[in-house]
Order: sequence, then structure tokens, then C-alpha cells
Amino acid sequence: MPEVTLTVDGKKITAPAGTLLIEACKSVGIEVPSFCYYPNLSLQGACRMCLVKIEKMPKLQTACTTVVSEGMVVTTDSDEIKQARKSMLELLLGNHPLDCPVCDAGGECELQDMTFSYGAAESKFMEAKNHRDEQQWSPVVFFDRPRCILCYRCVRVCGEGMDVWALGVQNRGVSSIIAPNKEDHVECEECGMCIDICPVGALTSGAYRYKTRPWEMKHVGTTCTHCGDGCKTTLGVRRADTGMEIVRGDNRDKSGTNGDFLCIKGRYAFDFAHHEDRLMQPLIRKNGKLTPATWAEALALVGKKFGEICDREGGQAIGVVGSTRITNEEAYLLSKFARVVLGTNNVDHHRTADFPAFAAALRGKPGATASMADVFTAPAILLIGNDPTEQHPLLAWQIRNNVRLHGAPLYAINSRPIKLRRQATQFLQISPGTETQLADFMAGSNDAADALVSPSTSKDAWLALRDKLKTEQNLVIIFGSELRGAAVAELVKFGASVSGAKFTCLGDYANSHGAADMGLYPDLLPGYHPITGSSEFHREWGRVPQSAGLDLPGMIRAGKSGTLKALYVVGSNPISRLNIDPFVFSNAFVVVQDMFLTETATMADVVLPAANAYEKSGTFTNTCGDLQLVKKAGEVTGLKGDFEIIVRIADAMGFDVHKLVPFGRGTQADMGQTRGAQSGEADRHAVWLEARGLEPKMSPFDPMAILDEIQRLVPGYDVSRMNLLAGNSQHTSLAQAGAGAAHKPELISSANDNLFTSGTLGRYSHALQSVIESHEAKHSEVAAD
Amino acid sequence: MKFSDTFEVRFAEMVTHYPTKRSALVPTLLYAQDEVGCLSDEVIAELAQRLELTELEVRNVISYYSMLTTKPRGKYNVQVCTNISCLVRGGEEILHHCQKKLGIGHKGTTPDGIFSLEEVECIGGCSWAPAAQVNYDYHENLTAEKMDKVLEEYRRKEMQ
Repeated sequence: MPEVTLTVDGKKITAPAGTLLIEACKSVGIEVPSFCYYPNLSLQGACRMCLVKIEKMPKLQTACTTVVSEGMVVTTDSDEIKQARKSMLELLLGNHPLDCPVCDAGGECELQDMTFSYGAAESKFMEAKNHRDEQQWSPVVFFDRPRCILCYRCVRVCGEGMDVWALGVQNRGVSSIIAPNKEDHVECEECGMCIDICPVGALTSGAYRYKTRPWEMKHVGTTCTHCGDGCKTTLGVRRADTGMEIVRGDNRDKSGTNGDFLCIKGRYAFDFAHHEDRLMQPLIRKNGKLTPATWAEALALVGKKFGEICDREGGQAIGVVGSTRITNEEAYLLSKFARVVLGTNNVDHHRTADFPAFAAALRGKPGATASMADVFTAPAILLIGNDPTEQHPLLAWQIRNNVRLHGAPLYAINSRPIKLRRQATQFLQISPGTETQLADFMAGSNDAADALVSPSTSKDAWLALRDKLKTEQNLVIIFGSELRGAAVAELVKFGASVSGAKFTCLGDYANSHGAADMGLYPDLLPGYHPITGSSEFHREWGRVPQSAGLDLPGMIRAGKSGTLKALYVVGSNPISRLNIDPFVFSNAFVVVQDMFLTETATMADVVLPAANAYEKSGTFTNTCGDLQLVKKAGEVTGLKGDFEIIVRIADAMGFDVHKLVPFGRGTQADMGQTRGAQSGEADRHAVWLEARGLEPKMSPFDPMAILDEIQRLVPGYDVSRMNLLAGNSQHTSLAQAGAGAAHKPELISSANDNLFTSGTLGRYSHALQSVIESHEAKHSEVAAD
Repeated sequence: MKFSDTFEVRFAEMVTHYPTKRSALVPTLLYAQDEVGCLSDEVIAELAQRLELTELEVRNVISYYSMLTTKPRGKYNVQVCTNISCLVRGGEEILHHCQKKLGIGHKGTTPDGIFSLEEVECIGGCSWAPAAQVNYDYHENLTAEKMDKVLEEYRRKEMQ
């Protein structure tokens, strides 16, 4: 785009033609204040705070709606402008309640900041302020009308950004108000974007309001533990009886791939961590009852039992079920622990997408996976299956905003009329279960189109669509778990005929992709290396059993027949999620480490209380393959991370943990001695070390030691460690992955969560439950009419 | 919801006038209000669906314009201007007179449902101030006596 030269405050600056004056000023560090202007939302020109003087124009102009032009001479700081800003603030404050000392936004309020910067502390208004009681619009959204300054950011982000359109403006002039779509409440996706974007405290969060002040929290930017999209969420953490309490979730630093976006889960559903049913100490079954025990007792028992079974029956008598919510380091460690310490390949996890088939199909194709950022910038998108609005809210946000801001065409093919059809250039509905034929058709089989033809879409229309897609450049192809096995390969085959095509395979949980990458499979090692072949892992790990182990159905069969003597379940609830008869493992020694007494944990012999993703460090790989840091928000007394538990079980079995975790190679470390009062606090220790770029790996519980090994050995994970530690997402690659494996399609079981459910975590979140209840209540009201 | 054929003909033509359906909203609302008497929930739902808008968007627009109403009015809506020109020429007195005469206040409706009264901003009749508008008819250079006659005229029309 051609550059335009203009003068701002005597400074010559250049900006691309079409740039807004306010952005041009910002780019050279000149601050033009504004409330209503918000990047990537439509222009409003409502607040009049950004008034500047432009030569040859009769009146002050709004910098947020003026486009730069050649030779423009602008003044942003003069007595006239100062007076204008002051008057605007005086007007805004005319009816503003000034209850800052009790307002949630106090301390991080844009109106406060502006008043500080631009004056208007004294007011000429003598009139009584209009008071209105605050309203509760949903379990999680509250509206305090007098505080509202009518910037309309909430209206625009809800409509343009979310495509929900639940907020509007009613009346006119001084009586204008923000109004919800259902008279006294909102019916919406409850994402809370309106709260985050509100420059004042007019919209407040049900989860956070009146709980604390912004400066009393520690703010930790970490990766959300709910769906597979990997949004960065900033947790506001406060000291509590248990060690720490999360009081708020938002995305205050906006540095994640999610930018402004966060859904209901990332924003409110952190409260599972403080659920009253949380396990706080180990339990051992004594006389048929789970009885509280010490960690030492529990770990010793597990070590002894596992050791005995290994000696007596061999590792193949033990099954290991991994998790889709543990970190990559823990998944890798578990995979290694099973093979090297227990000597078994009976390893599996709750599979929600066919990543092995995906890896096999993309083998040797560099740059063929799309990152979450690519979805926003892609020139065209093909979406097959899934319902991202419900199951991948960030992905849906990226797609919607790509369509809205960049005009990218979206081609959506689904068996249901998903909401994203509203953004689609072309939406084609197919019969459920015909996704495989769709993949075949895409790959070139014209006969397969017969299954796709419907009254609304003829065979010719399908052929035309395929031809059209082939003309797109750098098409991003996103597909749900409807496509498995050979269908994935067929789709990738089609992608080869589109120049620069990239793929994303959608898995359900926070680290579903990572669990697959780290080899939580009976026949695959990390990086999709077949167990039967030879790889770096066979050489480095040494003792890898050579034949494929049991998958979950196999473990169930072995449990029934009595050949499975022990089951080690890490952060998973297969009994409930996969509908398994709870008594099949009655004769096996079952160890479960989890946050709650789940259906699986209730039948265990030992239950170990595990920390969740907000209480530990490591990395997650989102469904697009973006590697991101998981930062510990704080520690809860009595709990241990899965990493530490696995290492200690190995130790209790008499295994040399140096062979499991490559620690103790550091030459210099600060273990807290220089920090006086703060020494000994593991969470601060991690933060302190990170701030100084130190990674001593002096501890066998240091996940960074395993990350070293992952980066060294797992193909595609050799990303920039510095960028990763700095909090940026790093895209991994599958091009160098192992050969993968062909798995039975029925081993994949989709979670089918929606916006308000979240696997096993959601039911422990009061915030999510209250929203589900309020939505159900409204529906039953309607039904009763 | 069913509208008259006249409405349907007008509506069908109206939507062809604009590049987006949304643009036809205000005239459509006026036609619907003239026909139904007010913009009821039913009317709002129907028009939102026809113009591919949310009901909230339709309500936002209705609440912006004082000429649009969601509550039933009298058959004749007397709108007395009290903006500057009318004010200096006795508009306020006309309004007070109407209030006394009809026994209702701003936005009130007489019990027989014949009249409702509204104080409005400029209606563009400044050259002949003070002015009032009854439904779509203008009455200018008003005095208390003249206003009485105007009201009488409408009442008589109603009696016939």
C-alpha cells in the first residue's frame, strides 16, 4: 500500500494510505485518547475524546474516524484540545457515580486513567446524578447502568466479533442505555467479552465482582485447560487458606493467539479448582473403604504393588491410561515410565481425533499444518465437520473475524446447520456419516459424490465446489473427528492439489494433540514412531517392549479375563467418559491420580490428589499444533503435580530416576538463597528463575528437563525455546514425524462438549453449572407456555 | 401475522429501494404502526424476521424515534411543538391548553381512546409557529381558540 506523509505535532510521519489517524499517531508513540475506538471493530465516533486539530478543517476532528491523507498537518496537543478533552470528561462524569472505591474496575479503569491524565476533576454540574440499581443479566453478567459511558464497545464486540448480537442501544441522547436482547436478561453465548472490553465498571463479571481489587492479585498468563484451542488466559491469583485461590480469569495482556477473545470457560470456569469435592489428600482402600493416608504411605504402596506385579507377571499385566489434560512433559514422562519402568506398551488415552492418521498423511510435507494464527489470516478456509462455535470457540472467532475483516471465503460442509454457516460463502449440508464419502470425492472419486447429493446440492454443484477450491491459494482445511483413518489420508491427498494448502485436525481437550504427539498409544512412541520399528526412542530409552500393547478395549478385556493385574490411570475418567462397566477392573490393583473422586477413582485402590493445569508448569499443544507454556498460577497445599507423582512412583519402585528425567546436569543454580523471605515458595521460584533465564534442572521434578528431551527427540518440537518461554505460541510440525499407525475408527470417541460443558472439569465448575441451569430454566419456561 | 394488502404492496416495493433489507426498517415500521396502531411484540417479531434483523435491533430503532411507539395511542395523536420558534410564539401555552382541555398529560391518552397528547421537538413548522401536528396533518399559527376548533373538528369526525 502506498505510504502517506503527514505531520503530527511538528513531527513528519508516514503511514500506509487508509490508516486511521489515531493508529498513525499510536505508531509513532503519540497518544490520542479514546473510549469508543477499538481496533478491528467498526468505527463509532461516539466518545469525542480523540478530537484533534487538522489544519484547514474548521472544527476539531475525531482522529478515530479520519483517514490519513498526504500533507495533512495535525496537532494533538494544544490548549483548545486540552479543553475539549476536559469538557468531554466532565460530560461523561456528569452522571458517573464516582463509586471507584467499591467498583470492580477501580484501579484498571480507562475513565479513571483519562481523568488523571486530562483533568476534569472538578465539575460544573450541580444536578443530582441519575441512579439506577444494577441489573443481573445472566449468572455471569451484571450491568451497572449509571457507570456506563456509552462507548458501544460491548454492543460491537458482541455483534461483530461474536456474531451474537445480544446487546443494543435503546432510546436517544441522554436517555440512551445499553439494553440486553431479552428485556431484563441476555440470551447469549455468555463469553463475557462485553465485560472485558468495557472501559469502565458498567459490565461486571458474576465470578469476580466485589471479590478483590486488581492490585491485590498476582496475574499469571497461562494456557486455558478446557478445550483444545489453547487460549491464553490471565489468572488473577490471591493468597488463601489452601495456598492460593484463583479469583479471576480474563485476557488482560492480550498477547496470546486469542488476542481479545476468551469464552465462558476460559473466563469463568477456573472455579473447578476450588470445588468443595476436591481431593486434598491421598486415599488408600483399607477394609474395602477409601481411607485418608499420607503421601509417603500411598507412594510406597503403589511402588511396592507395581514392583511386585512387574516381577511376578511382567509389565504386560499392567495397563496405563493417560490424560488429555496433563502437560506434554507429563504425557511424555508417562509414556516413558510405562515403557521403561513398568515395561509395558499397554498405554492409551481418551482419543478424540485421529492424529496418528493425520501425522502419517502429512509425513514429509513441511508447512502443511495451519496454526491458530493462520486461521485468522488464511485467504480461504474449508471447514468439514465439527461445530467450532460450540466446541472450538477460538477457532470460530478466528474464522468469523477472518471473514469479516479480510473477506476470506469460508466453505463449510457439515451434517448439521452449524452457526458458522452465517459466515460461509457456501454452506453445504450432507447426511450424517457421509463425511468419508466426502473425503473420497474430494480426493477425486466422482462416484462418491452420489452419497452427497441432496435436493439443495446437485452433483454438478459438488463438482463445481471442488474445482473452485482447487483454485484457492493457501487454503486452510479444518476438519473434525468425523474424518478418521483413510478419510484423513484422502483429504490430505485432495489438499495436495491446492497450492499451499494447510490442515488442522480438531481434537477436543486442552492437550489432546500433545497426548497423541507424546505417544500415549499402545503401538506408538512419541512423535508417532511405531513401537515395532526402530527410532531414537528405542535407542535412548533402552528397554522398550517390542510388541504393541493393549488399547483401552483390550485392557477392559484383560481386566475381565483377569490377566490385567494393575491399572494406572492418570487424569482420566474412562469409566464415565467411555461408558465402561465399573466392575471390570475389580480384580486389578487400580491407582488413579485425579482432582476429584471420579467414577473411575471411586473403584480405585489408591487415589492420589493431583494438581491441575493451573497449579503446575509445562507446555500444552493445542489442536492446531501450537506449543504454548503452561504457567503455574500457584500451589495448593497437599497436592502434587502428575509429573512429581510419576517420578516418585518410579523411585518407590527402586528405579534410578536419572534414567527417567535427565536432571542434575546444570552447573549453576539459585535455589532460593538469594531471595530471603521468598525462598522456598516453588511458584515464585519458577517465576524468578524464568525471569532470569535460568533453568537449573537440579530437581527430578523439573518439567523443563523433560522438555529438553522432548525438543531433542520428538520430531517437530524443536521450536524456539526463548519464544516459548516468552509466552508466545510456537507452531510444531508433523513433517518429520514417524510413520504413524492405522487405528480402528471406533477407538475415537468425541466428547461432543458445547460452550457450557467441559468434559470432566465442567461439572465441577459452579459458573458453568449456573449458566446451564439458567438456560434450562428459560427453555422450560418457554415450553410451559 | 397478517397485514392488509395495501401494506403488503407497499412493503414489497419498499424493500426494492435499498441495497440492504435493513434500510427499509423505518418506513416499514411507520406503515405497520399506521395500520396496527402501535408496534406490538407481534409486529416487531414479524418485521424482524422479514428484514433479517434481531428483535433487539428493531426495538433499538423504535426507541430512538419518538414518532414510533410500542404502546397503543389515541386515534388522533396531538403533537404540540415547544421548540424555540414555537416556544417564543406561545407553544407552551398551547400545550398547557391541550392538557387542560383533554385532561391528559404528555404521552397520555383520553379514556375514550380518541386523543393522545405529546410534547414534541421541532416539526419544521417554524414559519407558522406555534404549530401542532395531529397524525399527519399540520395546524399552524395556533391560538387557544384555534386549537379548540381543531380538537372539536377531530371529535366531530369521530362521532360521525
